[in-house]
Amino acid sequence: MTTFLELLANGISVGAVYALIALGFVVIFKATEVVNFTHASLLLAGGFLVAKLHPALGFWLALAAGVAGAALVGALIEFLIIRRARVGSHGVLAIVTIGVDILLTTELTRQIGTDVLALGDPWRDQVLHLGPITIAETRVVALGVAAALITAFLLAFKFTGWGVAMRATAEDAETAALMGVRLGRVSLSAWAVAGALAAIAALFLCVFPTPGLDRSTTAAAMKAFPAAILGGLDSTTGALAGGLIVGVTEALMSGYQSQLAFLGRGIGDAAPFLVMIAILLFRPAGIFGTKELARV
Amino acid sequence: MAGEAGLEITDLAVHYGPVRALRGVRVTVPRGAVVAVLGANGAGKSTLLRAVSGTLRFHRGGVTSGTVSFGGSRLNGSPAAAVARGVVQVPEGRRVFARMTVAENLRAGALGVRDRGKVAEARDRVHALFPILAERPHQRAGLLSGGEQQMLSIGRALMANPSMLLLDEPTLGLAPMMAARIAATIREINEQGTSVLLVEQNAAMALGLASHAYVLEVGEVALSGPAAELAASDEVRRRYLGVGTPETDRPVGIDAEDAPPELTPRPVRTLPRWTA
Repeated sequence: MTTFLELLANGISVGAVYALIALGFVVIFKATEVVNFTHASLLLAGGFLVAKLHPALGFWLALAAGVAGAALVGALIEFLIIRRARVGSHGVLAIVTIGVDILLTTELTRQIGTDVLALGDPWRDQVLHLGPITIAETRVVALGVAAALITAFLLAFKFTGWGVAMRATAEDAETAALMGVRLGRVSLSAWAVAGALAAIAALFLCVFPTPGLDRSTTAAAMKAFPAAILGGLDSTTGALAGGLIVGVTEALMSGYQSQLAFLGRGIGDAAPFLVMIAILLFRPAGIFGTKELARV
Repeated sequence: MAGEAGLEITDLAVHYGPVRALRGVRVTVPRGAVVAVLGANGAGKSTLLRAVSGTLRFHRGGVTSGTVSFGGSRLNGSPAAAVARGVVQVPEGRRVFARMTVAENLRAGALGVRDRGKVAEARDRVHALFPILAERPHQRAGLLSGGEQQMLSIGRALMANPSMLLLDEPTLGLAPMMAARIAATIREINEQGTSVLLVEQNAAMALGLASHAYVLEVGEVALSGPAAELAASDEVRRRYLGVGTPETDRPVGIDAEDAPPELTPRPVRTLPRWTA
C-alpha cells in the first residue's frame, strides 16, 4: 500500500509536469492549428540555459533566464519560420516543425555532449516523510509549481483580454480578425507562453531523482505528446487530464515492473503511448477533444 | 472623426487566384447613410465587404486594382486597422463564438478598443438595443436561437464603436418576424449615427432601409441609384422583388447593354428569401 501511494504521488507530480508541456502544446494548436513538434527542443533549450547559467547567475536568475530564453526561442520560431512559411496546409507546417526540432536538438545535444548537467536547484536530494510515504522534495515542489502555473494560466485564459482573444482566434480566426484581434500577436504569444512553460517543465524533469539534463531529456519530453493527444489536442482541460494519466500510468508501470516482467523491461516508457492508442480507439478526438477535430 | 467623406470604393477589382470576383466596382457610402448592395449568390457581394474589412486573405483573395478609402484616407487591407478606423463588419452567417458566453462574445467585440470607459458605454448601448443579451450574459452563444445569434453578432460588432457598419446578409435564414426586427434595429443603429453598408439578397427589406442601392451582377455594378427609384424599376422588381411581368424573359434595364454576356442565359430568379 505504501509503495502504491508513493508511486501514485510521484506519478501525479510527474504528470503535472507533463501537463505543463502538454498545455503549451495545446495552446499553440489552438491559436495556430499547428501541431508543434519543436516542443521537445524548446524544453531542452530552456533546461540547457538554466544549466549553463546557474554557476554564474545563481539558480533563480538562471531559471528566469531559461524561461525567458525558451520563450524567446519559441517566439523566434513563430516569427521567422511559421509566419513566413506560406504553405497552405497545417500538416506541412507540422512537418516543418519536425525539421526545426531536429536542427535545434542536434545543436543542443552537440553542446551537451556526453555530460549530465546539474541545474543547481536548491532542493537537491532532500526527501519529505509524509506519514508512511517518502517523497522527494523536488516532486512536491514540482506539483505545487505546476498546479499554481496551470491555475494562473487557466484563469488568464478565462478572464483576461489575452485569453478572450486566444479563444476567439481558436474558434474562428477570421471572425476574431474582424473584431480587431491581431492574429500575428496571438500566435506569437502562444509560442512564447509554450516556450516558457516548457522551460519550467525542463527544470522539474531534470532535478532529483533524475541525475540532470542530458541528451535523453528530450525523450522524457516526448511523453507530453501522448498526454496532449489523449486529452484532446484542442482542450486545455484535456492537457491536464492527459498529463496526469500519462504520469500516473508511467509511475505505476515502472514501479510494478517486476510483477509485469512478462511485458518486458521498459514498459514504463512505452505505457503512455499504449494508453494513448487505447483511448484513441474509443475516442478519436481524445477525452476532451471537440468532435469537429475527429472529422479532419 | 476624419472629415465628411464616408466609405469610397473606387474601380475595385478582386481576384481569388485566377478567378475574377469583382471588376471596376464603384460604391460610395456617404456619412450617416444606409447603402444597400443587392445581387444573387456569387455576384460578389461578400467579396466586396471582405475587400473593405481586409479579410480577403482568409479566402486566398486579394485586391488587384482600385482602392477602398474611408474618411478620405485609404484602408490598407488589415482588419485590425479597419476596426481601429471604425469600420466593422458583421460576418455572414452570424459566426458567433459558439463555445463562449454571450458576455464573452461582446467582450471579444471590444478587443480592438483600449478605452475601458468606451467599452462600458458600448455595452450599455448594445444591452439597450438587445435586452435579451443583457438578460443572458452567461449563456453559451451556441445555444441561442438563430435570431438571437444575429443580435449577438450585430451587438458584438457595435462593441467596437463603429462609425461604419458592414452587414453581410443579416436576415439570412431568419423567420420573417425576426428579419423585420433586425431591419428595425439596423434603422435604429443608423439613426444613432452609424453609417451602414448592407449586403442583402432580401431586396425588399434592403431597399426599404437604404437611401441608395447598387445591384451587383457577376462581379460588376449592373444598376445603381436611389433606393426608391430602384425599387420602382421593372428590372429590379422582376429580378429581385419577385413581382412584375415574368413573360419578358430578356433582361432589360438601365445597364443591360453593359451586362456581361454570361448573364443572358441564366434563369430569371425571384428571391423572396425564405422560399429560396
